[in-house]
Amino acid sequence: MDGVDAQIAEWRAYVTKAPAVDGRDVDELEAHLRDQIDELDMAGLTDDEAFLVAVKRIGDLDTLSREFAREHSGRLWKQLVLRGEDEPARPSSGWFEAFVLALAAAITIQAARLLADFPGEPPGWLLRNLGLFVLPFLAGYFSRRRQLDLCGWALTAAPFLVTGLVVNLYPFRAGSATELVVGLHLPVVLWFAVAYPYMGGTIRSQERRMDFVRFTGEWAIYYALLALGGGVLLGLTTLILEPIGTDVAERVVEWVLPSGAAGAVIVAGWLVESKQRVVENMAPVLTMIFTPLFAVMLTVAAATYAVSGFTRAFDRELLGVFDALMVVVLGLVLYAMSAREPSEPAGLMDRIQLLAVMSALLLNLMVLGSMAARIGDLGFTPNRIAALGLNLVLLVNLAGAAWLSLRFLRGRIALHGLERWQTSYLPIFALWAATVVAVLPPLFAFT
Amino acid sequence: MHIDKDLVAASATPLVLAILAEGESYGYAILKRVRELSGGELEWTDGMIYPLLHRLPRLGYVTTEWRSPPEGRRRRYYAITDDGRAALAEQQRQWLTVTRALGDVWPGSGGLATAFGEA
Repeated sequence: MDGVDAQIAEWRAYVTKAPAVDGRDVDELEAHLRDQIDELDMAGLTDDEAFLVAVKRIGDLDTLSREFAREHSGRLWKQLVLRGEDEPARPSSGWFEAFVLALAAAITIQAARLLADFPGEPPGWLLRNLGLFVLPFLAGYFSRRRQLDLCGWALTAAPFLVTGLVVNLYPFRAGSATELVVGLHLPVVLWFAVAYPYMGGTIRSQERRMDFVRFTGEWAIYYALLALGGGVLLGLTTLILEPIGTDVAERVVEWVLPSGAAGAVIVAGWLVESKQRVVENMAPVLTMIFTPLFAVMLTVAAATYAVSGFTRAFDRELLGVFDALMVVVLGLVLYAMSAREPSEPAGLMDRIQLLAVMSALLLNLMVLGSMAARIGDLGFTPNRIAALGLNLVLLVNLAGAAWLSLRFLRGRIALHGLERWQTSYLPIFALWAATVVAVLPPLFAFT
Repeated sequence: MHIDKDLVAASATPLVLAILAEGESYGYAILKRVRELSGGELEWTDGMIYPLLHRLPRLGYVTTEWRSPPEGRRRRYYAITDDGRAALAEQQRQWLTVTRALGDVWPGSGGLATAFGEA
C-alpha cells in the first residue's frame, strides 16, 4: 500500500493548492478516494490502476474547485476562480483602471475645493455633494469590472443623478441643520448605490449581498491602513518642508489631503478586489480580538448605567454616541458572520458576540428610555429625528440578530437564518438614509 | 442512456435528501446508493457531491459531523434535519406534479405516471 499512500500524498498536495478547497474538504475527498480505491482493489484492480480510476472519478480539479467556490464564495473572490471559459481572462488585475478612476476622483475633489475656496468657510454645496464627488467613480469602477450592459450602466447612474438633483435643487438655507444631516446621510445612500454594480446587478441574491457586506468591511480596513500610511507621509512632509516656511507646508497639505482621501476610496476598493487574500487572513483575527474586548466594555458600561442610571442631564450628543456604538457592534456582528465558516457549529465566539449585542441593546434601551421621558421638552429637530430614526433602525436589527443567534446557539435554526435576516435587512438601512436625504429637509422647511 | 446535465443537477438535491432520510451517511456511500437506485444511469462526477453536501447544512437541511467508527476510516457524516424532511416533502410534491404532467401529455406512458402519482 506504500506506493498508493505516496501517490495519495502527492494528489493531496496538488488538490490543496486549489483556491476554494480548504483542508477539511481535502480530508473528506481523501476519505472518498481511499474508499473508492479499497473497493476497486477488492474488484481485482492493482493499486496503481485503482488509484488512477479513483482520481479520474473524483473529477477534473478545475471544475471541482469552481463548484466549491460557488458554494463557499466567502472563501475567496468569486471572480478569481469562477472565471469560466466563456469569460475573457483579465490580463492585469485592473490596476490601471483603478488608477485612472482614483486620479479622476482626486481631480474632481480638487476642482470642487478650488471652486469652494476651501479652507475658508466651506459653502453648503461642498458638504452636501461630498459623496457625489467620489463615489460615482467607485461605481464606475465596478460597472466596468463586472462588465455591465447598457441597462446596468443606466441603473447604476440613476441613483447618483437623482440624489444629485435632490440635494442641489432643494433650497437649503445657509448653514441649516438639514443641510448637515443630508451631507452625513448622502454618502450612505451612495454607498448602497455602489452595491448595485458591485453585485453585478443581481441585487436580489442573498449571497452577493453578503459579499457586499464583506467588501464593505474589508474596504474599511484597507481605507484605514491607507489613511494611516498617508497620515505618516503627510506628517513627515510637513516636518521636512517646515524650514522653508509654514505656509508652504500648509499649502501642500491643502492640496494633497483632499485628493489623497478621495483617491484612496477607489484604491481601497481595488485592493479589496485584487488583494483579497491579504485581508481575508487579517479580518477573522481582528474580529477575534475585538469582539471579546467590546463585549467586556459593553457589559461593564451596561452594568454601571443600570446601577447609576442616567443621573447627569441628558446630553444631546449622547444619542449620536450610541448610534456610533451600535454601528460598530453591528459591523462586528456582520463581519464575524461573513468571515465565519458556515458549516461550523456554534461556539464560544458566538456566545461572546451575543453578550456584546445584548449589552449594546440594553444600553441603548436605557438611553431611549431616558430620552422618551424627556421628549416633551427636547422637541424635534432634524438632528434628533435623524439620530432617533437611525437608533430605531439599528435597534430592530440588533434585537432580531440577538433573538436569532439565541435560537442558533440552541441549535434551533441554521446559520443561514441569521445571514438571511441581515442580508434582507440591508435595504432598510438604504431606505432610511434615502428618507433622511429626500424627506427630512422639506419637512423642516430646509432650516 | 445519457441523462441531460440539467436534469441530473435538478434531481441531485432531492435524491441526496431522500437517501439521507433513510439514515445518516457519508459522501462515498451516498454516491454508491445513487448508482444503485438509478441502475448506474445517473452518472455523477464523484467530487461534485461535496459542494452539494456543503450547501445543505447552510440551508439547515442536514447536520454534519466528523466521526471515526471503530472499524474504518474517519469520515464526515451527514444526517437529515426536520427542515430537511420538510424540504424533501416539498420537492416530492413538485416532482410528482412534473412527472404527472409529462405522463398525461406523453402518449403511451399514462399508466406509468398514474402509478407514480399513487405511490
